[in-house]
Amino acid sequence: MMLATWLLQETSTRLALGPVDLTIVVIYFALVLGLGFYLKKFTHTGEEFFMAGREMTAWIAGLSFISANLGSLEMMGYAAATYQYGILVAHAYWIAAIPAILFLSLVMLPFYYICKTHSVPGYLKLRYGEGARSLSAVSFAVMTILMSGINMYSMAIIMKVILGWDIHFSIWVSSLTVALYVTAGGLLSAIFNEVLQFFLIWIGCGVIPVVGLIETGGWAGMVHRIQTNFPGQDFIHMWRTTGSFAGNPMGVHWTGIVFGWGLAISFGYWTTDFLVVQRVMAAKDLRSAQLGTIIGGFFKMMVPLIVILPGLLALAVLPFHLVPESQAGLPGVHTYNEALPLMLARYCGPGLLGLGVTALVAGFMSGMAGNVTAFTTVWTYDIYKPLLRKNAPDSHYVAMGRWCSLLGVFVSIGTAYLVMNFSSIIVYAQVIFVFFIVPMFGTVILGMLWKRTTPAAGFWGLLAGILTSFGLWAWVKLDPNALRHVAFSQYAKDMAENVYRAMWSLIANVVVTVVVSLFTKPKPEHELKGLVYGLTDLVPEGHFSFFRRPIVWAAAVALAFVALNIWFW
Amino acid sequence: MKQNFIPIWFFIGSLLTFYGALVLASGIYGLFVPPSHPVAMSGLHIGIWWGAGMLVLGLVYILRFRPNRKG
Repeated sequence: MMLATWLLQETSTRLALGPVDLTIVVIYFALVLGLGFYLKKFTHTGEEFFMAGREMTAWIAGLSFISANLGSLEMMGYAAATYQYGILVAHAYWIAAIPAILFLSLVMLPFYYICKTHSVPGYLKLRYGEGARSLSAVSFAVMTILMSGINMYSMAIIMKVILGWDIHFSIWVSSLTVALYVTAGGLLSAIFNEVLQFFLIWIGCGVIPVVGLIETGGWAGMVHRIQTNFPGQDFIHMWRTTGSFAGNPMGVHWTGIVFGWGLAISFGYWTTDFLVVQRVMAAKDLRSAQLGTIIGGFFKMMVPLIVILPGLLALAVLPFHLVPESQAGLPGVHTYNEALPLMLARYCGPGLLGLGVTALVAGFMSGMAGNVTAFTTVWTYDIYKPLLRKNAPDSHYVAMGRWCSLLGVFVSIGTAYLVMNFSSIIVYAQVIFVFFIVPMFGTVILGMLWKRTTPAAGFWGLLAGILTSFGLWAWVKLDPNALRHVAFSQYAKDMAENVYRAMWSLIANVVVTVVVSLFTKPKPEHELKGLVYGLTDLVPEGHFSFFRRPIVWAAAVALAFVALNIWFW
Repeated sequence: MKQNFIPIWFFIGSLLTFYGALVLASGIYGLFVPPSHPVAMSGLHIGIWWGAGMLVLGLVYILRFRPNRKG
C-alpha cells in the first residue's frame, strides 16, 4: 500500500505537546526567521548571496556540509530502514560515506577550489563545455526540486502523525519559513541554520540512545533483547551475513555494498552532489574547505548513534513489531517509518519532547533549504545566465536568485504530493538520486584525472549513465523478474536494487566516456590548466605544522572508520 | 563581504541556554507534579540532567562568543 495511505491513518503514536514543548517549537521558528532577516544585510553581491562570500571557517563549513545531509531522509528513513534491515544500514554512514568524503577533501576539492567555479555543473562547463554543463545542470535542478518536495512531504508526515497537525498547514508553514529565510539571506542564511540544526539534532535525538541503552542494560543487553524478539534473524552484524544474498535482511551481497553503495552511490553523492559540495566551496580558503570536509566526515561517522541506534533499540524494547507500509491500514499497527517518533514518545517527557520534535523539524527545514539554495545557484549560474541572459549586472542575478528561491519552494510544494509510490521514504530518494547523481561522478572524476577525456565524451558518458539508470529501473518495474539480472538475485529488496543499479549506471558512464574519448578530439592542454591532475599547480601542505595538515586528520578519520567496521563485523 | 556579524556560536549558545532552562524547569516541575502518563525510564529524571547540561553548554558558548568580546 502506498505511503500516502499510512498518512491518513489515525495512529496512537500521536504525541501531546504541552506548553513547554510548543514554546520550544515556536522559539525555533522565530529564531530562524530572525536570523534570515539579520543576515540579509550581509548578502548584496552574487558572491555573498550564492557562495556566502566564501568566508566560512572550517568548523562552520564542515558542520553545514554534514547538516545539509542530515535532513528528513536521514532521521526518519534510516531509523526505519534499521528496524527493517538491522545494523547493515550503518554502511550508509561508514563505507558509503567516509572514503568518498576523504577523497573529496584530499583529491577533488583542490580542483573545485582552484578553478573558482560556483558549482559542480560550472566545473563541467570549464572542463567539457556547454553540453555537459547544461545536461548536468538541468538534471540536478530537477533532482533538487524533487528532493525538496520529499523533505517537505516527510515533514508533513511527522507533523500529521506525531502532532496531529493538518498536513497542508504543516507544508505551508514550513515552506513559507524556509522561503523567507533563504530568500533573505541566501546560502549564508542556509549555512547558519544548518549549523544550528546540527546542535538541535544532537541534543534533541541524543536522549534516545542514552536512555535506551540504560533501559536495555547496555549494548549486550540490547543485542540479547533483539535476539529474543526476533529469533533466527541477524540484525547486528555489518559484514558477517553478506556472503550470500539470502543471508541478510536486505538481500544484498558484499560486492553490492562495496562497489554499488561504497563506490557508485557514495562517491556520486559526496563528491558531485552540489548540495553538499556547495557548503565546503563556501569556505574561506582551500585548507579550511579540506579540513571542514574532514570534520564533516568525522561527525558523519558518529550519526549512527542518533539514527541507527534508535532503530536497533526499537527492535529491542518496543512491545510490538512494526510492519511495512503495505500493512498500514490494519488497526493498531505501526509502520517502520514510525520507529523514530515512537522512540521519542517512549523516552521524552515534557520539554524533551519539544526538543526532539524541534530537532526533526529543523532537520526537515534545513534539508529543504539546502535543496533550494543549491537549486537557486545552479539555476542562476548554470541555466539562466549562460542560456537565457548572459551579460546582466550582478544585482540582476542576485534578484533572480531571490525570486528563484521563492519559486523553488513553491515548485517543491507541488512535488511534495508526488511522493506516494514507494515502500519507504529513503528508497524513493535513492531512485531519484541514482538517476542523476551517480553518473555525474564518472564524468567529473575522469575529467579531473585523465586529460585525454574529451568534451564529447563528457556529454555522452553522462547521458549514457542517466539513461542506463532510468532504463534498468523501468525494466524492473515492467518485469519484476528482471531483478535477478539487475541485482543478481531475486531476494534483492528495493535498497539493494538501487545499489546495483548505481553500479551499472557508473559502469555505463565510464565505458562510454572512455570509448568516446578514444575516438574524439581532446581539448588542448593549455585549456585544462587548473582543471586536470598533472596540469594543475596543487598547493603543497608542507608549510603547515603537522596537526594543521588535512592529510593528518584524514588519516585519523580513516583509522577510526576501519576500526568501526572491524568492531561491528 | 568581510562583515562583523554576530558569530553563529553566540546564537547557538543563546538557544541552548534558553532551551536548557525550559527543559530543566520542566524536569524539576515533574519531580513535584508527576505526569499522569509517565514515559519509560521516568525514574531517571533525564529532563533534569539533560536540561542542566544544555544550560551549562549554552552559557559557555555565550561567554566565549559574545559580541564585542576582546581577544
